[in-house]
Order: sequence, then C-alpha cells, then structure tokens
Amino acid sequence: MDVILFLIFAIIAVVSAINVVVQTHPISSAVSLIGVMGSLAVLYLLLGAEFIAAAQVIVYAGAVMVLFIFVILLLNAGAETKRGRSFMVQLLGVPLLIALLGLLVFFVDRLFPRSVTVHFGGFSGGSAQAVGRALFTTYLLPFEVTSILILIAILGAIVLARKELD
Amino acid sequence: MSAVPISWYLTLSAVIFALGVAGFLFRHNIITVFMSIELMLNAVNLSFVTFSYQLKQVNGHLFTFFVMVVAAAEAAVGLAIILTVFKNRSTLNIDDIDSMKN
Amino acid sequence: MQLWLIPLLPFAGFLINGLFGRRFSKGVVNVFAIGSVVLSFAWVLKTILGLGDLTSAHVEHYFTWIQSGTFNIGCDFAVDRLTAVMLLVVTGVGSLIHIYAIGYMAHEHGPHHGGYYRFFAYLNLFMFFMLVLVLGANFLVLFVGWEGVGLCSYLLIGFYFDKKFATDAGNKAFIVNRIGDFGFALAMFYIVKTFGSLDFATVFQKAPTAPESALTLIGLLLMVGAAGKSAQIPLYVWLPDAMAGPTPVSALIHAATMVTAGVYMTARSFAIYSHAPAALDVIAIIGVATAFFAATIGIAQNDIKKVFAYSTVSQLGYMFLGVGSHAVSAGIYHLVTHAFFKALLFLGSGSVIHALSGEQDLRQMGGLRSKIPWTFWTMMCAAVAISGIPPFAGFFSKDAILVAAYAHAPWMYWLGTLTAGITAFYVFRAMFMAFFGDYRGHEHHPHESPPVMMIPLVILAALSLAGGYLFKVPQFLAPMFPLAEAPENFTLVAVSVGAGVAGILLAYVMYVAQPGMADSLASGMKGLYTLVYNKYFVDEIYDATVVNPLVGGSRILLWRFADVGIIDGIANGIGSRARDIGGILRRLQSGNIRSYAAWVLFGGVLVIVAMGMAGGVR
Repeated sequence: MDVILFLIFAIIAVVSAINVVVQTHPISSAVSLIGVMGSLAVLYLLLGAEFIAAAQVIVYAGAVMVLFIFVILLLNAGAETKRGRSFMVQLLGVPLLIALLGLLVFFVDRLFPRSVTVHFGGFSGGSAQAVGRALFTTYLLPFEVTSILILIAILGAIVLARKELD
Repeated sequence: MSAVPISWYLTLSAVIFALGVAGFLFRHNIITVFMSIELMLNAVNLSFVTFSYQLKQVNGHLFTFFVMVVAAAEAAVGLAIILTVFKNRSTLNIDDIDSMKN
Repeated sequence: MQLWLIPLLPFAGFLINGLFGRRFSKGVVNVFAIGSVVLSFAWVLKTILGLGDLTSAHVEHYFTWIQSGTFNIGCDFAVDRLTAVMLLVVTGVGSLIHIYAIGYMAHEHGPHHGGYYRFFAYLNLFMFFMLVLVLGANFLVLFVGWEGVGLCSYLLIGFYFDKKFATDAGNKAFIVNRIGDFGFALAMFYIVKTFGSLDFATVFQKAPTAPESALTLIGLLLMVGAAGKSAQIPLYVWLPDAMAGPTPVSALIHAATMVTAGVYMTARSFAIYSHAPAALDVIAIIGVATAFFAATIGIAQNDIKKVFAYSTVSQLGYMFLGVGSHAVSAGIYHLVTHAFFKALLFLGSGSVIHALSGEQDLRQMGGLRSKIPWTFWTMMCAAVAISGIPPFAGFFSKDAILVAAYAHAPWMYWLGTLTAGITAFYVFRAMFMAFFGDYRGHEHHPHESPPVMMIPLVILAALSLAGGYLFKVPQFLAPMFPLAEAPENFTLVAVSVGAGVAGILLAYVMYVAQPGMADSLASGMKGLYTLVYNKYFVDEIYDATVVNPLVGGSRILLWRFADVGIIDGIANGIGSRARDIGGILRRLQSGNIRSYAAWVLFGGVLVIVAMGMAGGVR
C-alpha cells in the first residue's frame, strides 16, 4: 500500500514538475506547480509530517501560488519570447544538469541502503503539538526573527509595488 | 514489499531539484524562473522531511517550516520586484534585464 | 583606597574637554581642567593620610593585563613613600601650573582658534599619564605612563603646529625619546628573561641573587631610557628645543615632572643598581658631566627660556649624580626642590614674556624690576634657591648630593661645586639682564600679570624659600633608602656655598656694576665664546654623524632601492597582474542571469564532487 501510494504521487510530482519546466505559458506552469505541491503534501503525510503537509497545502499551494497567479494575470503574461542566448547555458547547461542529477542519485544510492525503509506510521513526531513545542522552546529566537523578516518583506513589497507619487 | 526504501524519497527530491535547475537555466520568462526556484525549495523540503523521518526527530520539520516562511516572504518581495521591472521595462524576458552590465 | 581615582580624574577632564571643549566657553573649560587636577591633588592627600606611615608598599590589583604561561602582568597600582613624594609633587605643582595657565593662555587661541580647550585637554592627559607612570606597580604600567607623557610632550611642544620650528622641536623630542625608549624596552625584555616577571616587588626581591653582569646590563639599558626622558648626555638635545611649547608646558612637563621621570625610574630600580656598581658609576659620571656641560652652555644663551632649559638639564644631572652616589633620597630631594624653584623660574619667565607681549630675548629686556615687581621678587626667590644659598630650598638638596658625591669620588664633588658656581652665575646673569639696568625693549607698557598668574608664583616662591625646611624628604624616605652615614663636613658645605656666592657676585660685577665687561670678555675669548654660544656644536655634530647619514642612507637604500624598487615593485606588480586576470575574468560577467546560474550550478557540482572525494561517501 505504501509503495503504491508513493509511486502514484511520485509520478504525479515528477510529471507536474516536468510540465512546469516545459510549458511555455506561465499560467500552465503555475497550475502544474500546484500539482507538484499537492502531491508532495501527500508524501509528507506518508512520512508522518502531518503539520508540514497541512502547511504545504495552505501556505504553498494556497497562498503563494495564488500570489503567483495574481501576478501572472495582472501582467497579462503571454507565452514567453525566445530572445537572447546565453553561450554558457547552451554549451554547459545540459552536461552540468546530467552531472548534477547523476551525482545526486549516485550519492543517495551509496549513502542510503535499500534496507532502510519508510512505512506509514513509523514516525509520529510530526504532529502540530510536537512541532509547536519545538518551535516555541528550542527555536523560539529564530521564530521571532522570522516574524521580523516577514514584516520587512511586507514593507519591502509595499514600497516596491506602490505607484510612484511624483 | 510493503515499505518504500528511503532512497526513493531522496531520489525523487533530487529529480525535482534537477528539474527546478533546468527550469531556471532554460526558461526566459522571469515568472517561470521564479516558479523554478519554488520547485527547488520544495525538493529540498522533501529531503528535510525525509531525513527527519530517518532520524526520528522533529527538527527537519522545523527547517521545512522556516523554509516555507522565507519562501513566502521571498515570493512577496520577488513578485513585487517583477511588477516594478515590468512597469519600467515592459518585458518579462530575463535576458533583456541586464542593466547591471556596464 | 581607590588609587585608580587619582589618574582617572584628570583623564575624565581630558575626555570632557577633548570631546566637547570646542563648544564650551573658556570658563567651563577651566572648571573641568583645573577642577579635575585639584580634585586629584585632594585625593592624593586623602590617600596618603589614610595609608598611615607607608613603611611597606600599598598595592592595588585591578585586572590581569597579560597572561602567558607563568608570565603574568597585572594592571597594578602601588603607593609607597617614594610614590607618595612623587604624587604630591606631580599633583601639587601640577595644580599650581594649571591655575597659572588660565592667565597665561587667556589670550592664546593657538592655530585656528581651537587652542584653548586643546591645550587644557592635553595638559590633563599629561597629568593622567604622569600619574600612571608614578603609580604603576610594574615596569610595563610604568612604561605605559612613560610613553604617554612622551606623547603629551610631543603634542604640547608642537602646540603651535602652524610654526615650523615648533613641529620640528616636537619631532626632535619624540625621535630622541624613541632612542631612550628603545633602551628601556630592551631592559624590560632582559628583566623578563632574568627574573621572569616585571613586578617591582618580585624583581627587586630577586635582584640580590641575580648575576651581576645581568644586573649591570639591565641597569645600563634602563639608564639609556632615563637619559632620553630626563635629557642626559648624549640624549639631552631635545629639551632646549622643547621650549617651543607654551611656557606652562615648559614648567610642568619640561622642568617639574616629566623630565624627572628618569630620575624616579632609576631611584625606583635602585635595588637593581645597588648590586651593579658599574652601572651606578656610569649614572654618576653621566650625571655630573651633564650638569657641568649644560651649565656652561647656559652661560651664553640669550633666550630666557633657553637659559632655564639648559639649567634644567644641568639640575637633572645633579639628581643623577645623587642617585649614582648611593644618595637616592638626596636625588629625590633635589627633584622636589627643583620642581619648586624651576617651575617658578619658568612661570616667572612666562610672566616676563607675557608682560613684554611675547619677547623672549634677554637683550631686549632690562630694568623690569620696577615695572613688574611681583614677578621680580618671586623669581628672585627661585634664583637664590637654585644657587644653593642657605637656608633656601636648593641649598639643602644640592648640598646633600654634593656631600654624597664627595664620599663617592672627590673629583665629582669638585666638578659639582664648580657647576654650582656656574649655575649661580648664569641664573643671576639672566636675572640681571632682565630686571636691572636700562630698559632696552620695544613694548611700551610692560604690565604686571593678573592675580591668577601671580598667586601660583607666590606659593611657589614660598615653597622655594622654605621647602627645604618643610619637606625633609631624605628622612621621609629613610625606610626605603637608608641615610648615608656621611660625617658633617662643614668645609664641603662652605666651599659649595662659596661657589654659589662667587657666581652671583661675578654676575653682578659683569652685568650690573660694569655692563661692558661681558662683551669685552666675550670678544677677548672669541673662540671659546663661539663654541659655547653654539652649544658646542652638538646639534651640528649629531646632524653630521647621525642624522645626515641616516637620512641619506634611508633616502638611497630604503627609499630608492627598498621602497621604490622592491616594495612598490611588488605592489604595482600585484596590481597589474590582478588587472590582467580581471580582464580575463571580466568576460564571465556577461550580465546574463542564466549564465550566472550556470556558473552557480558548475560550482555546486564541483562542491558535491569535492565532498564525495573528501569522504562523504563510504
């Protein structure tokens, strides 16, 4: 059952991710990205991360992606124009990508033997209670700093996006 | 065979990350490039959660949480920058945005 | 007992005036500058009264400054009887001179009208460092004060920094002092090597067991430092030029306190010297030679401050003669009385200069006795004191030194006595030229100085007259430096007093009774007069033998070859290579975000490979 669920959502995630990259219209990419995020949320659940799965759906698939789609609609962005060439990317892009992926998979394969497995319910420390406890004890200072970061981001966004007064 | 090897999760993470990099490298639309960054962040989040499972500790979840927060802030500022750039230059092609040169 | 408060009060005054003085009125600057020093004096009094008889040192440890293995240096202050004497002199005379400076500097703004607060800020900083020097309980803390007073001396000599001779004099003082400080630093290294510590208590306790060769070397190196700071042969040349500073500076730094630091230091280190008789002999010889040599130069000087500057060099030589003759307490005694009468002479000459609106040349004075009587009478007190006429202050201390010198080596006594005669002669020559005869100057209305300047003069005059009675320094210091069992030898005393009286009479004959006599004598012995008038050409000899070869060698070897050839070559070479490489790397900066991303990816792959090779993969 675990394997079936994993394979279904892993395939959805990969296909959606490929779609994000290959679609020329930004709105199609955005919808595909929501697909990736949704399937990742299911995988988080399989890994016992209940709180993170919920946050993934609400924050990422909900808020952030809505923001993206707003901007796409606001700018009325059509299919992208194929102007500009980067010699570096043309020459090195594909080989580097293959090297990166190959290295990552190779290391993962070497470092994590097959015998270490994931089964649903094997880790129950990802509840909202457990995350909240860690967040407000061990990680209290980063948490508070994050609130300042968000405040700054809000101010920055307002300053950048407002119409020039003069 | 009822259990998934942990390396599968990490391999999935690596694949999604590589797809994000590919999007960043080969796309010209600045919004799509931005979404590729989100894709990479999500791939990393998946790794964090997987490691958290392996180590049976909640810390990975918290890193993921912070990454989400920062990503949300980044999206807000980044999209505001994109708006401003579009307003001033009427283009979304990142190869046209090269005023830092010269 | 909060010893730290003593130096910190002037330091606070320095900070307040130095940071905010520009916005203060002169009155506010005065309050902070003089108030801090007077408070410090009061605190010294309270401390010394509170510490009882002080037969052993009272040490206060504040924090560990340097710790390295077993080597440990603390920021420690200590007070014993020697320190107590120095503290009283420094803060007491310092307070008087600060008060005097209010009047003297009233019309001085220095360059760019910013001088008033700057002057007092530096003066307070000087007090801080001088008190650190005196209070320090190890050589390094002493050295901090030692360097600090040197800095303040430099700053204050160059107070009129828009005048070339003043900045030159400041540089000269600083550079000559560097030579001495180099000796001092070497001495400290050698002390650490020999004793493993710089604490006075530890070093002096171990001194009797150390080899005599090491002690002699340390003593000689310390003497190099003392010779620089206290202007002894061969490093005395900076002090006469230091008179370029304002007169209160000359009185405080270059007569009463800083230049006596060398005497204090040798007295402090006497536990080392007492086991190194050779070094002690060197001190005595340098002292008596300097005393005689500087006194003869003083005869032919026409600048009133220069006369007293050479007099200071000469009197410092007496102090070293005292220390070198095993009569440390006599040397310190002379330090104290000298602080009184020499500060008075300088402040008095400052009053004369003030009266004549800046005239310093004795040939442009004369007949001032009736015009500025207060200045005349107070300076007269100092003149009789320095001439060793009983029962005034200078008599007691100079006599103690000469008697000790006789016990040490009779020829030093005779040279010292001859010097005493010359001293009396040149001091009274200056007095007679300034105050007797007819007025020869240009200023039409010489005017007496304001009360704020006269009150310190009067107090110092009283101290010059009665200081020898009031402060029995040798008896006070007896627990530290036992009194020599010198038999009361009235012949010696009578001879030295006679020399002083003879000097005064000769001066009277030559400059008052028969005014033409001095000139005819000078033309009669033209060669000798030229030699003395030009200070034995010592500055010229130093220029020819030390300064010019150094400057020339530096110019050719260090500048043309080492600096331009090698260092600039390396620097320029690196610069142009960097530009070449930058020209290549510039092509990477295409301004294209995606190509940057590709480079980042390239770097990422390299990092992953490196991590794998470094053992990330089992």
